[in-house]
Amino acid sequence: MAERSVIHSTFVIERNYAVGPERVFAAFSDPAKKRRWFAEGDEFEIEHYALDFRAGGSEQARFRGKNGLTFTNQTIFQDILPNRHIVFVYTMSMGDKRISSSQATVEFLPKEKGTTLIFTEQGAFLEGADGPKMRQDGWSLLLESLGKELART
Amino acid sequence: MLTQRAQVDRVFHALGDPTRRSIVERLSQSAVSVSSLAAPLDITLAAVVQHLQILEQSGLVRTTKVGRVRTCRIEPKGLTVVQRWIEERRSLWERRLHRLGALLENDEL
Repeated sequence: MAERSVIHSTFVIERNYAVGPERVFAAFSDPAKKRRWFAEGDEFEIEHYALDFRAGGSEQARFRGKNGLTFTNQTIFQDILPNRHIVFVYTMSMGDKRISSSQATVEFLPKEKGTTLIFTEQGAFLEGADGPKMRQDGWSLLLESLGKELART
Repeated sequence: MLTQRAQVDRVFHALGDPTRRSIVERLSQSAVSVSSLAAPLDITLAAVVQHLQILEQSGLVRTTKVGRVRTCRIEPKGLTVVQRWIEERRSLWERRLHRLGALLENDEL
């Protein structure tokens, strides 16, 4: 079979927070709050961030990494149920090159002493996203990554 | 059926050994008979068999016997569960949600 040019990946992340769903949801719906955990970080500089949080609204973020590469993130919100869930689609580009397109869902589930947040992403990762990586033999790549992970723990 | 976590643990245990990693790398190139794995690795046949048992239990390789020859080959789907685990660990979202947690915990949001 010919080499494929798209990798599909679905993953789910579950986290528990000791505050109620309304507070966790507010961290997604309020632009000033969202920027602080979503856009800010040591790994990169924010060039642009804007959030219009409503169904049909969008979010744009542009970051510059330490290596000088610019990453752009474009989001469109598909469905919002306050304090319950957010469904959105987003693309990522590295420079001019589109590297992924995904659908993501965030669910906010109340629990006894706080909130369980479930993040689900279904993504299509495109050729060239990692440059040579996707062209390498799949096994040597995975073994290399595994070696690094094992060395770290 | 093993939980995903138990499966990941088994694969990591299997690949945690450098000799077993060499075996997996060799088998990625082509299937070979069990007996021809030992010499290049400079270990006994008994040691190879033991390593292969662990690798087979973790779903990374498959051995079959035809006549008197036992052949082993890579099981292509074996690393899928680990691949997914690694992707999750590297996920941008993992870091973001972690940061969200820290800010919420410190009452900064």
